[in-house]
Amino acid sequence: MQYETVFILTPVLSDAQMKEAVEKVAKVLADNGANVVNTEEWGLRKLAYPIDKKSTGFYNFIEFEADPKVIRKLETAYRRDERIIRWLTFRQDKYAAEYAAKRRARRAAAAAAPAAPEVQPVENKED
Amino acid sequence: MAQNNSEIRYLTPMSVDVKKKKYCRFKRFGINFVDYKDPEFLKKFLNEQGKILPRRITGTSLKFQRRVAQAVKRARHLALLPYVTDLMK
Repeated sequence: MQYETVFILTPVLSDAQMKEAVEKVAKVLADNGANVVNTEEWGLRKLAYPIDKKSTGFYNFIEFEADPKVIRKLETAYRRDERIIRWLTFRQDKYAAEYAAKRRARRAAAAAAPAAPEVQPVENKED
Repeated sequence: MAQNNSEIRYLTPMSVDVKKKKYCRFKRFGINFVDYKDPEFLKKFLNEQGKILPRRITGTSLKFQRRVAQAVKRARHLALLPYVTDLMK
């Protein structure tokens, strides 16, 4: 079964704590035999409304394949960790999985694309 | 009878706003998944206060209106969209 999960960390953490929290979640997934397909960090974003008095949050996004029992473990891990202030786990159905694949391709292309244009302008100056 | 109708002269031409045929954008463009993670797209279905627009305004079909509503509620849970705001657009 394909799942995707988004979770928000409190912004007050230092970088090390933030990385450690993300690793903890990844470890929980890895221990329970889920294979992670894609992880993304949307970084510090402004929240639409304050969550426990904080107006920004550190967003993380993980897509993985696992069997349903793993989800309960993941959710208990979320509840235990007080650095994670909000999360959402979503089961991808057929269309969602298709959309996610397209989205990954687009982001990969976008990640690769900006590198290319930067090269061109340099060449033009030399002509 | 028709004859005297045309004799009625209006001071200003009566403007009948031509009713734009509403269509369900999901059927028309073949979108079949509403992504709760992209607030820009979902904002098209919200009014200024952040409330979900009814189908009679957006013209979406019932099946996709439910998916849009579900996606908006998920986005609100993740604080990507506000529950209530003023002049969001």
